[in-house]
Amino acid sequence: MPADAAVTDKLPHVSSSVRKYLGGSGGQAPRDRGGAAAARPRGFFANNPSVLIFIACLAVFTLAVTILSEGLGLGIISTSFVKTLGKTLCLCLVAIAMDLVWGYCGILSLGHFAFFGLGGYMIGMWLMYERTRLIVVDSLANAPLPPTPDEVRDGIATQIFGVVGASDFPAVWAFAHSLPIQLALVVIVPGLLALVFGWLAFRSRVTGVYLSILTQAMTLALALYLFQNDSGLRGNNGLSGLQNLPGLEAVPQALISVWFLWGSALALGLGYVLAAWVVSGKLGSVIRGIRDDEARVRFLGYPVEGFKLFIFTLTAVIAGIAGALYYPQAGIINPAEIAPIASIYLAVWVAIGGRGRIYGAVIGAAFVSLLSTWFTGGQAPDLPLGIYTVQWVDWWLVLLGLSFVLVTLFAPKGIGGLFDLVSHQRHPDRHGADLGPDMGSYREQEAQE
Amino acid sequence: MSTLLEVSGVSVSFDGFRAINNLSFSIGPTELRAIIGPNGAGKTTFMDIVTGKTKPDEGRVLWGDENASLLRMSESRIAQAGVGRKFQRPTVFEDQSVFDNLMMALKKPRNPFKVLVFRPTSEDEDRVVALAEEIGLAAHLSRKSGELSHGQKQWLEIGMLLAQEPRLLLVDEPAAGMTLAEREHTTEILKEAAKTRAVVVVEHDMEFVRRLDCKVTVLHEGSVLAEGSLDHVTKNKDVIDVYLGR
Amino acid sequence: MTRHLRPLLAALALLLAPLAAAAQTPGIQALLQENRDLIEESSRRSIGPAIDALADSGLPEAQTVMERWQDRDLYIRESDGRFFFAEETDDDAYTLTDVATGETAGEVPDDALIQLRPNGGIRKMIGAALVQFQLSDPDPATRRQALTAIGRDAEASHLAALRKSIDSEPDAVIRAAKERLERLLTIQFGESDEERVNAIESFRGDTDMDVRATLNPILATRRSVAPGDDAPADLNVARTLRPGGEALSEEEAYGLLVDEGLAQPRISRDDRRAALVANIDAGQVAGVRVSTLDTEAARDTAYAQLASLGLAEPTATEEEVRAALDAHTFFDSYFEPSVAVTQAAERALSSIELSVATNRTLDLALDALSLASIYFLAAIGLAITFGVMGVINMAHGEFIMMGAYTGYVVQQIVPDYTLSILIALPLAFAVTFAAGVAMERLVIRWLYHRPLETLLATFGISIALQQLAKNIFGTQARPLTSPDWLDGALVINDIVSISYIRIAIFVLALVFLAVFLFIMNRTRLGLEVRAVTQNPRMAASMGINPDRINMLTFGLGSGIAGIAGVAVGLYAKVTSELGQDYIVQSFMTVVVGGVGNIWGTLAGATLIGFLQKGIEWMNPSNTLAAQTYMILFIILFIQFRPRGIIALRGRAAGD
Repeated sequence: MPADAAVTDKLPHVSSSVRKYLGGSGGQAPRDRGGAAAARPRGFFANNPSVLIFIACLAVFTLAVTILSEGLGLGIISTSFVKTLGKTLCLCLVAIAMDLVWGYCGILSLGHFAFFGLGGYMIGMWLMYERTRLIVVDSLANAPLPPTPDEVRDGIATQIFGVVGASDFPAVWAFAHSLPIQLALVVIVPGLLALVFGWLAFRSRVTGVYLSILTQAMTLALALYLFQNDSGLRGNNGLSGLQNLPGLEAVPQALISVWFLWGSALALGLGYVLAAWVVSGKLGSVIRGIRDDEARVRFLGYPVEGFKLFIFTLTAVIAGIAGALYYPQAGIINPAEIAPIASIYLAVWVAIGGRGRIYGAVIGAAFVSLLSTWFTGGQAPDLPLGIYTVQWVDWWLVLLGLSFVLVTLFAPKGIGGLFDLVSHQRHPDRHGADLGPDMGSYREQEAQE
Repeated sequence: MSTLLEVSGVSVSFDGFRAINNLSFSIGPTELRAIIGPNGAGKTTFMDIVTGKTKPDEGRVLWGDENASLLRMSESRIAQAGVGRKFQRPTVFEDQSVFDNLMMALKKPRNPFKVLVFRPTSEDEDRVVALAEEIGLAAHLSRKSGELSHGQKQWLEIGMLLAQEPRLLLVDEPAAGMTLAEREHTTEILKEAAKTRAVVVVEHDMEFVRRLDCKVTVLHEGSVLAEGSLDHVTKNKDVIDVYLGR
Repeated sequence: MTRHLRPLLAALALLLAPLAAAAQTPGIQALLQENRDLIEESSRRSIGPAIDALADSGLPEAQTVMERWQDRDLYIRESDGRFFFAEETDDDAYTLTDVATGETAGEVPDDALIQLRPNGGIRKMIGAALVQFQLSDPDPATRRQALTAIGRDAEASHLAALRKSIDSEPDAVIRAAKERLERLLTIQFGESDEERVNAIESFRGDTDMDVRATLNPILATRRSVAPGDDAPADLNVARTLRPGGEALSEEEAYGLLVDEGLAQPRISRDDRRAALVANIDAGQVAGVRVSTLDTEAARDTAYAQLASLGLAEPTATEEEVRAALDAHTFFDSYFEPSVAVTQAAERALSSIELSVATNRTLDLALDALSLASIYFLAAIGLAITFGVMGVINMAHGEFIMMGAYTGYVVQQIVPDYTLSILIALPLAFAVTFAAGVAMERLVIRWLYHRPLETLLATFGISIALQQLAKNIFGTQARPLTSPDWLDGALVINDIVSISYIRIAIFVLALVFLAVFLFIMNRTRLGLEVRAVTQNPRMAASMGINPDRINMLTFGLGSGIAGIAGVAVGLYAKVTSELGQDYIVQSFMTVVVGGVGNIWGTLAGATLIGFLQKGIEWMNPSNTLAAQTYMILFIILFIQFRPRGIIALRGRAAGD
């Protein structure tokens, strides 16, 4: 992430001094109307140059990895590391979703990893079905009689559900044979769940901490449900072998990993643009208003519940897409991935990266998840302290937990706040009371970001 | 004179405490009205009921020419119908610029999808600039509203109310914490606004009410104690009792 | 003939066995000699009179003789035909014991003896005859044993012996048990239907297992099929079944027909494929190309071809199956022929089931109550920090875990379990109180009024503490053993029982409720806490130090979590994830109950405990599903009462 991109990606007024003289439309007498006013209609990218910078960085990164990869280039980066990078891009995408819903709209959702997982399950069902089908058809090809559709279906069901002691397809697999339908479900299932849950929660005016706990309960309920063997999704075995794309057995994983890297990069780029576009306009203004003072927005005549529902559902869909790209690279998905803790980690990433700015979410997710991989993967050198040697595999979570506390206490703006320091951004020095009757959101200090 | 808002027989109680007791009140489409009353008289609760924040236990709140009931509408629907409210403490979006604050308040479709694709036209911008001039913040359009002084925040909030183009303005203690000059400016804005719409001002400060020079309603223990010109009500024995004690 | 022989033999015995005492001559030996032919013949059909003669002789030795006979210890000396007990001493020598006196009667080589080897049937008959001796044994313990033995494995012959022994039973308790057993045996072996029906009726509403174990076999049924529209009239038909219904699928019904030889078997898919495969000839089966056999219909056609060519068994068509099913009646009939008895048994069982259900409900309610107490204990600390201070403590679960580990560590040092629990409870409180105060001082107080941030910061502490516990104590579960006096359960009847640990946890929960109410309503601290909760600034101006109050409140909430941890540890295994398992439920308890009110927490815990047990009862195989549905219920519940069961209203609610 380039520092200067971050600086200008702030809310439009930040760079107002630069844009000031761009204003002055119509017959108005020249006066200081503020750059933001004038610059607005000049087009999205002109107002958000950081988006272009981000896209450029992402493109350079993707190109560099491709050149260094085993599949298409010099082979300096191992295939498994390419996959790790690809997965990290997906995590960045879901972190953007989290940032939209939390950093901008003020809803601390502890359920977005559930949507992520659901997306993964949806694509995983097709991958597993189709691949098993090919295997079954293959093995039946040598039988004396050509297989009937029923035999093929029974064969697939036995293969997939043998581990949970079943041999029939549950109803949820009704569309598993169809890639287009499952792709649609990647979007529809998380979206619909978010829509129904959000409608229920927002309608009854559940806010703040209550809402967080409620979303956590939803996540827990979903995870527990999937843990059952008769959930129809193989219980705690989850779906596996997802890295093998049906019909592309001949293509080496080295190449597939690069394809997925491209796909993930494309999704991340589009997601970034979408998120930046959503928050740049009046909608961004309204949802930040909801975050800071929900009641005030309501008295301005905005149906707050509708806006929250829109953002909640939109981000759930983004999370679902991110999950659908992540799990084919991970190869396996099981209910443990959906456990409430995962969604909390998502919040941790965004908080450490710096919420309320899209690039912050991307930095946080990439930084913490890669660091976590490094520490827990046993690559980090042990730290001898004389009487005790710190092994990072054991102590990484302690470090993460404590650093998280420190970030919350001392650097609520996260890593993204560093960019403000670099640019010597001036803060308003006027201190007032907290922002509104809803103490669940921000106080003045954060509002000054 | 036709009425814009008619509140009749409204009562509400919190845990046995009757905050509003059989209150009736009405106001015409272009009228300036001040509501005064001691602490706990139910002034704020009255505003809460009109804006839909609190649902009364009984009574009717009728609105506009069609006599639509406000009790069945959500806060945002009521605001869209044309009721604007200014809170006691200035509540503006401190994180956002004055321009954004006003643009958000501008009367435009409030539906999320319309808002998503909304991009301001040059007329919208001119309107915002005009409003900013009216409230004396034209020079501060690009500043974060959090940086404004207390009085400027009050004006900004009034400006946002005007941008909403409401048919009824409910203003809660607009003069609190203002300098004399600022008060005069505020009075002007309110009087100007009342030429085209109904304005209800809740105020403690008698001096400010006098400056408004309008009909006054005195609330006490959740119902109307007296109504009329300021001079009229200040001569009312009940009002004197309530204010000065016995 | 025996009558004539008897004095003769007796005289002979006198002559041949001078050692034998004269008094025993008319005794057991004589009786045995009298029945010697029958005994030696050892045939099940003819042995009856011999056993009866022994059993009815009234001789004191008869019981011993029969027992030894049953154990194959009874021998006949070949030389004189007398009966002895014998024991092998050497490889081929036996020590003889007199059957009457029990005195040693010398040693003989094994070829001088004939061992009596009663077969299983005879041994059983002897055993049944023996029962009457045991039932009237002077030792009450033996009588009880006999009753238990009969109860376990009843036989028709026991009934008469049991009846005979009732009148002479001196012990009232055993007599009652005998009468009860008599009725049970009457149900099974009673001679007249009326007698059995009466016995059955007498057990209505009795929830003991043995009654159900007796009644259920009477209602055992056999599924059969008969041609025509009606079941045979001579059978005690339980019900007729419609094929394709819930109880009997069409396949099963047809299978029954096939088994009875009433219909032609339908060929299974596998058999059909095998037959087709077996008849592949040059890429064709019965003139059909193999490559076209990729649908069920094509295979049916090909198989029909095969059958018509006589190359395969013909298979029943759908129409034939349908016609066969229509032409027969399927029914379940009781093995028990008497309609009156089966009806009485049905009635008695349904009344028993009703009372079993009532008792089950009671048991479930007790279970739910104990679960509710656990949730209450786990949530009460949270209710204080969340409700009173408005602070979300995600590390609350880890405080519970710390309490449990404190208990474990104390048990490592103090081996006496009772003492260690008594030490662990206050120590756990002290440890978690200190941890809570430290956390409040270092982290939480900087984050008041920023609940979401508190949530995240305490979550950071939670993962750090959890990993720390893992690093110190390892990942395997540590036991926290309860003292002996908490082992076992309070058994009320066969169905209702509750373990003492659960009772203890329930009592602990009540104690905490009382302590909390006392602190909040009767102490200075409680007054100050309430003051700070309602208006910190005002409280501060009255000379209350809100910092100190917040610190103490937080410490108190955390300390209670520590004690809850010891309680939870006694009942579940102590792991580093212990707290995590309770945290969501605890939050649910607080949220459902309503924030800021201890009664709300109590109501929430009760609701959630009962709800969870109730759902588990509806779907007992699946506790995961129960939790899922419970959470869904809570999400819906929040719709209707967003502020919980006991909600504050008005301005105080902060809206």
